[in-house]
Amino acid sequence: MELPPGHYLATRAAALAAACLCYRRGSPGRGLALRAVRRASRQDIDGVGQKYHLELVLEDLLDKDSTVNCTAEVLYHLGNNIPPDVQFTIEGELKNAEEADNIFYNRIKSLEKELVAENIPDSHGNVSPEMEPVHLLAWVASGYVIWQNSTENTKFQLAQIKHVKQVKRSDEYLEFDYTILLHEMVSQEIIPWQMTVLWHPQHGVQVTQDSRQPEHASE
Amino acid sequence: DQVLHIVPETFQQVQHLQQLCSTLLLDLWKPQLSEDIWAGEDLHIRVPAPLVQEVKDSLDQHMISYKVLIPDVQKLVDQSMPRERSSHRQVPEGYVYTQYHPMEAIYQWMTQIQKNNSELVTQHYLGKTIENRTMYYLQISQPSDKTKKIIWMDCGIHAREWISPAFCQWFVKEILQNYKSDPKISRFLQNLDLYILPVLNIDGYIYSWEKDRLWRKNRSPHMNGTCYGTDLNRNFNSSWGSIGVSYNCSSEIFCGSGPESEPETRAVAQLIERKKSDILCYLTIHSYGQYILTPYGSTTKPPSNSEELMHVAKQAAAALMGKYGTSYEVGSTSLILYSNSGSSRDWAHTIGIPFSYTFELRDKGTHGFVLPPDQIQPTCEETM
Repeated sequence: MELPPGHYLATRAAALAAACLCYRRGSPGRGLALRAVRRASRQDIDGVGQKYHLELVLEDLLDKDSTVNCTAEVLYHLGNNIPPDVQFTIEGELKNAEEADNIFYNRIKSLEKELVAENIPDSHGNVSPEMEPVHLLAWVASGYVIWQNSTENTKFQLAQIKHVKQVKRSDEYLEFDYTILLHEMVSQEIIPWQMTVLWHPQHGVQVTQDSRQPEHASE
Repeated sequence: DQVLHIVPETFQQVQHLQQLCSTLLLDLWKPQLSEDIWAGEDLHIRVPAPLVQEVKDSLDQHMISYKVLIPDVQKLVDQSMPRERSSHRQVPEGYVYTQYHPMEAIYQWMTQIQKNNSELVTQHYLGKTIENRTMYYLQISQPSDKTKKIIWMDCGIHAREWISPAFCQWFVKEILQNYKSDPKISRFLQNLDLYILPVLNIDGYIYSWEKDRLWRKNRSPHMNGTCYGTDLNRNFNSSWGSIGVSYNCSSEIFCGSGPESEPETRAVAQLIERKKSDILCYLTIHSYGQYILTPYGSTTKPPSNSEELMHVAKQAAAALMGKYGTSYEVGSTSLILYSNSGSSRDWAHTIGIPFSYTFELRDKGTHGFVLPPDQIQPTCEETM
């Protein structure tokens, strides 16, 4: 069944697909975000779940004029006990982020003390240039958390990095421990989430551990 | 202070000038050093204000001709300096609309705006918040003998949506700065009155500045002060409590203990109810998402004037896009976003206000609620 591209079912599935795509293809030098939904259709599969077919436009967060088309398929499983399946194909090439990635990698590798930071962006929305890759890395990694926890009734977005701490490693990977705040659009809740993120320019981003944190009571 | 231009003609004049400079400690601009003063060469001296007359008299006495190069040094300095922002002096000419302001500053801004534009603007008492703060709205109204229809706009019903109050302030400034010169705006004001509520949820807004940037609700205490806040946009009397809400105080969409249970809701509802026969359009400004939303949230059944509502909204979205290419999605909340009940916009429509819209401003989620200040101007300009 064809859906109007602006319908909430379409936009929720699209947000999920974009999050997964961003996780798989993103890096501190390349963040992707959903620009538009071109087409969407939904299919109810008896005994399995709901399947969406989507045509999306994504934009590069570091260069808003750079967009890319992609098609995606999202399958929400009945009962929502298993994370949704997402498959996608990107048309064309994504911008090369090798240089930006390497600069960030070398910068962190050469730090004497482990990187620590809070509130990115700050209350006014500012992110310092040095923190931009740290912000993007969280954006990419949050794609994993969003993907794994989405249902037809949720729409997540990274709201803010509350805290980030680098964890020194003996191997070539960089490791960061993040506490992020996710905004869930339907319930309007702000959900703190901890995630351990591993990254290497040649090996992509990996979330090795994550856990939902208790929301501070409405005080 | 003045700067004098002298071309000494003789060695005697040079000597006199050198003496004058050293005795009175005058500031040599050209040349830098007294010993470099030569007959036939340009001399520029800055003379402090209290000494100007004395110096000129002395030059006259010695038949040394001079010209005044700079009659007022301070004036030149002032002109060349960028205007300094003072956070304590809230003069709207100095008010920075491209920054977010705390509530204290917004209160002062409202007072100043009325003072500086008293022929057009009046500040009105609306009510009190749960923490007993005063709610004011601004009425922009061109004096005339005919009763005019009203456009109501409120901002900041949700504390964390900072771009919303920023837009209301910008809107007021734009109207007041341009109503004489812009024919569209002046025609507007001939036929319509504008009622602007810059911050509806004052307590929440302050809380988001001081304690929790991502706070949404108001600050009403529940359960013996163990839980705070009602979602004001679920608290209006439109299918209250039916869908898209929580009855639990700890939720961000807690609808309150009953319709209009919150003083902020009542303050707005009472005024709008009183004036409803004259209100043509109800606008409520939120963020984020880039939507122009029409009734309803509680049902997908379209409102009676749905076609006209959509038509106007689509035109608005097109005009908005024309500015910076920003795309806004248009449609009913129940189709585009989610189901909800008790929203101010739905209530306004059900009591008979024909054009009722919720604007969700920039962006689409990359920054979300924490929109950086460099986006204030483009967001406001396109929405204008």
